[in-house]
Parts: sequence; structure tokens; C-alpha cells
Amino acid sequence: MNLQPVFTPDERAAFKLRALYRSRGYRPYNMSKFEEYDLYVRNKDFLVSDNVITFTDTNGRLMALKPDVTLSIIKNGTDGTDEKVYYTENVYRVSKGTRSFKEIMQAGLECIGTVDDYQILEVLTLAAESLRSVSDRSVLDVSHLGIVSAVLEESGLSRASAKEILSFLGEKNLHGALEVCAREEIAPNAAQAIKTLFTTYGAPAEVLPALEGISQGGKEALDQLKRLTEALNAAGIDTVRIDFSVINHMSYYNGIVFRGFVEGIPTGILSGGQYDNLMKKLGRKDSAIGFAVYLDLLEDLLEGEEYDTDTVLLYPEGADPAALAKRVAELSADGERVSALRTLPEKLTYRRVIRFGEEE
Amino acid sequence: MTVDMLNVALPKGRLGEKVYAMFEKAGFECPSIKENNRKLIFENPEKGVRYFWVKPSDVAIYVERGAADVGVAGKDILLEYAPDVYELLDLDIGKCRMAVAARSDFRDDPRKTLKVATKFSNIALNYYTAKGRDIDIIHLNGSIEIAPILGLSDVIVDIVETGTTLKENRLEVIETIVPISARLIANKASFKFKNTMIESVLTHMASQREESK
Repeated sequence: MNLQPVFTPDERAAFKLRALYRSRGYRPYNMSKFEEYDLYVRNKDFLVSDNVITFTDTNGRLMALKPDVTLSIIKNGTDGTDEKVYYTENVYRVSKGTRSFKEIMQAGLECIGTVDDYQILEVLTLAAESLRSVSDRSVLDVSHLGIVSAVLEESGLSRASAKEILSFLGEKNLHGALEVCAREEIAPNAAQAIKTLFTTYGAPAEVLPALEGISQGGKEALDQLKRLTEALNAAGIDTVRIDFSVINHMSYYNGIVFRGFVEGIPTGILSGGQYDNLMKKLGRKDSAIGFAVYLDLLEDLLEGEEYDTDTVLLYPEGADPAALAKRVAELSADGERVSALRTLPEKLTYRRVIRFGEEE
Repeated sequence: MTVDMLNVALPKGRLGEKVYAMFEKAGFECPSIKENNRKLIFENPEKGVRYFWVKPSDVAIYVERGAADVGVAGKDILLEYAPDVYELLDLDIGKCRMAVAARSDFRDDPRKTLKVATKFSNIALNYYTAKGRDIDIIHLNGSIEIAPILGLSDVIVDIVETGTTLKENRLEVIETIVPISARLIANKASFKFKNTMIESVLTHMASQREESK
């Protein structure tokens, strides 16, 4: 039986992604639907939206329906053991459009423990492959927070202004950033470096040479970005773009951060990065990197079916149930959809009608 | 196929016409748009561009949801709704300011909650929260100026262009919150997949802006 048409894009993606992550030795991670609310209160900014569904458990503890998976994985792990896990789980968040809670299917993976260049490369590769398994046209925007923070630090901007620049960077709002630079009267070369962060966009081979010397302190980060993107290129992945507007929360993330887009969906469907700072906040010493894919967004890729059903088998009153069942089984043997009905519903669309008992 | 068409949301009205002229000058002309009719969508397949007229306050929604790849929206709308889009360029047209206005005999009494009438609830709230002032927001959809006159509110937060309307209603600006102008915005995914076209629009518009300075 051909199962392809049965799956919706998010289900198809979920299966493909599981197979993909499994192929690199990632293990499935299962967990309960609930978590103590306390975990989320302490790390509110890490969540996509800070509204959480809470309830009081029978023992009086305040519990929450999981709005996020990463925090639970970190909390339940132990330092010193390298862990590679993936998940496809439902999480509960407020959707921006309706401002009400929604169940959202999310897939993702976390690589916790030693995070060296190879591990980052593997995670980036899996992110790019995840996007490719969803759509033929995809882009993985990659940034390095080490470069961004070094440029801002060397510019001599006050903390408040640097924060302002960061939020402008997320909007690619160069005019706003230049105003801040002018107001703070920073050196022309520092302003130029900030401008470069805003205007850089493109394939690594094209834009990385121009970043040479953008910052003293960011040199190591730039070298790492170069090494990783070259390795991705060598592995035949050509969907990577350098884009410093990917600014995940700096108090949680450090190092490489990335966001993925596919054509036909107006917002990013994949988001991730290295989050050593979050690990520290949760009392862990290990490094970690991971990403999530928002499968609920794939609904937009669902193509409408031409007909409601393929064959309508109209049968008269008193038709022999056994003979009818046999005929339905025959007709549906090659994956066709068969609707056995007494009368033809007005709005049903179908490819053909067969009248039971009147066939040749 | 829609793949290679650049969809542009233009704000209906004088500002939109000005913006279209900029697009035209940038090499994305669409002569049919100048025909005097009630159509809302115009395209020029040769140049790979499609324009549509929408309510100015809706432009950001079209762009955020990807129905338009780029559009032009006032900074007031971007501040109020904080859509998830790229704000690529300050076009330096459609200039005005977001301001607090009150009756000329108004004296702020810090012991009382300030009653603020506005169309821009979020902007007003953010402004006063930053100042640590307690306010009561009265959300109105139009004729904001009469709120202080009728005693509905103490002050209003609204867009001020020339100040004539305020003067005629015996109000005056007491604080400027932020200067406003039209911005070129782009959908985040479109920016990746139609990058060449969008970058081309951006460069042309930026140089036109410099010229007119």
C-alpha cells in the first residue's frame, strides 16, 4: 500500500527527521507532558512566548504543560556524560495570531557534553538536511555571536546602546543603528564594523573575505565560522548563508547560532545554536548545541486534493453486504479511495461513480 | 508561476503614490497602475513585479504573513504592532512625529493616573512605562482630538504632521515621543528566496534617498 498520500507534510517531515537524526546516532528522548512550573519561571526569556499553561497537581505542586523541550532535557541530564538525543513532541504555547494556547508539534535535537568543531558541523549538517527534507528550496542562515559581541564590545558603546543595536540587528534596521552610533559618537571604524554586521548577507565564500579584520577579539570566532562553513561546503551543502541578524538571546546562547527557512512559509521554521550560557544558568558545566523544527508551520505546504474521494460505489437498498464488502476491497486494493454510499451527497467531489450490481 | 514575481504592498493614498514613483524609478515600473480604475492589483510580468494597494495600517500584516515580499509602512505602525519583518530602509518621506498633546491649560498631576486617549495603545504604554508613569489607556479609533475637550482623557498620543488639527481643537503638543517616517520592510523568508530583487530595490531606493537629501 502506498502510504505517501496519507501523510500530512508535518507527519512526513516527522518521520524523515527521526530517520535522519537516528542515522547519526541520536537517541529518542521521551518525557512526560508536565514539568514543574518553577523551571520555566527561572528561564522565562529562553521560551518563545512566556505564557505557560499551569495547574496544581494532587500534591499541591504547581505544574506546567511543557512549552519547551530543551530545558527538560538539560535539567534531567548529568554532567560529564556526552548525550545526543532527538525528540518529536507536542508543546503548548500561545500562538501569535490567535493569542490563545495552541498545541504545537516540534522536532529537534540536542548535543550535550563535548561540543567541538566536529559536533557543531554535524548539528549544522543535520539542520540543513532537515530543511532539505521538507522542501527543495531552503536556506540556513548562520551567525556567530562571538563576532557580534566582539564588534559591539570594541565599539565602546554603552550597555544600553549595545542592546539597542542588537535589537536593530535582528530587524536589519541599519538606519536605526547608525543613529545610535552618531548619538554615541563612536569612532568611524567601529561604526563601519557595525555597518558591516548589518549589510553582510550571502554565501560564506562570497561574504567571509570581506569580514577579515572586522574585530580583534572576534578573530577566533571568525576563523571557526570559516572552518565550519568550508566543511559544510565540502559536504555538498550549498544552502548556508551568513546573516548576523540571527540574534538568539545572548544570555542563553553563545557561539554559532542559526535559523532555517523554506520557500512558501513566511517565517523561520528552524531555530538553534550553541547554548553554554543556558547550561551554566541551570547549574551544568557541559557545553551544548541543538535546534528545533516547528512542524506545525508545515501546514502551509499541504496541497489541496483534487477530489474528496476517487470512486463512489452506489449500492441499492438490500444489497448483499458480503458481496459489497468484496467489491470495495477489490476497488481499493491499489490505494484508491472508495466510498460506498446509498445516495450521492450533494457537495462530494469524486473521480467516478460505479453503481453496484449494474456493472459489466 | 508566482515564484519569481516580487509582490509589493503599497499604502493607499498620497504616500503610496510617492512610493510607487520610487519603485518606478528603481526600474520596477508597472504602467497599468496609472490607469484610473478601481482595481487593487497590478502586475508587470516583464519586470517580474506585482503591486497591490492596501490600507496603510495593513501593509505590515501583508508583509509579515508573506502575502507581500516587500512593502512600505510608517514607523508608527511598526512600533505599534512590532511585526516580525526586516526594516530595511528609512525612506525619509511621509515624515511626522508621534506626540503627546493636551489642552493648553493642562497641568499634569503626578498623584493621579494619567488618562491617555490613543489609537496607538502599545506606543503610549511603552512610553509611559519607561517613564514610570501610571496611565489609563482609552483606545479610540478616530477623532482622538476631542477626547481631552470632552474630558474623556487628560492627554492624547497621536501622529502630528503640521499641528493644524490640534490647533483648531485648541490642543498643543507637550512632548514628542518619536519621529515617524515611511520604512521599506521585507518579509524574512522572501528576503532569502528573492534576495537579488530585494537587494536591488534596496540599493536603488537608498541612492534615491541620498539624491533627494
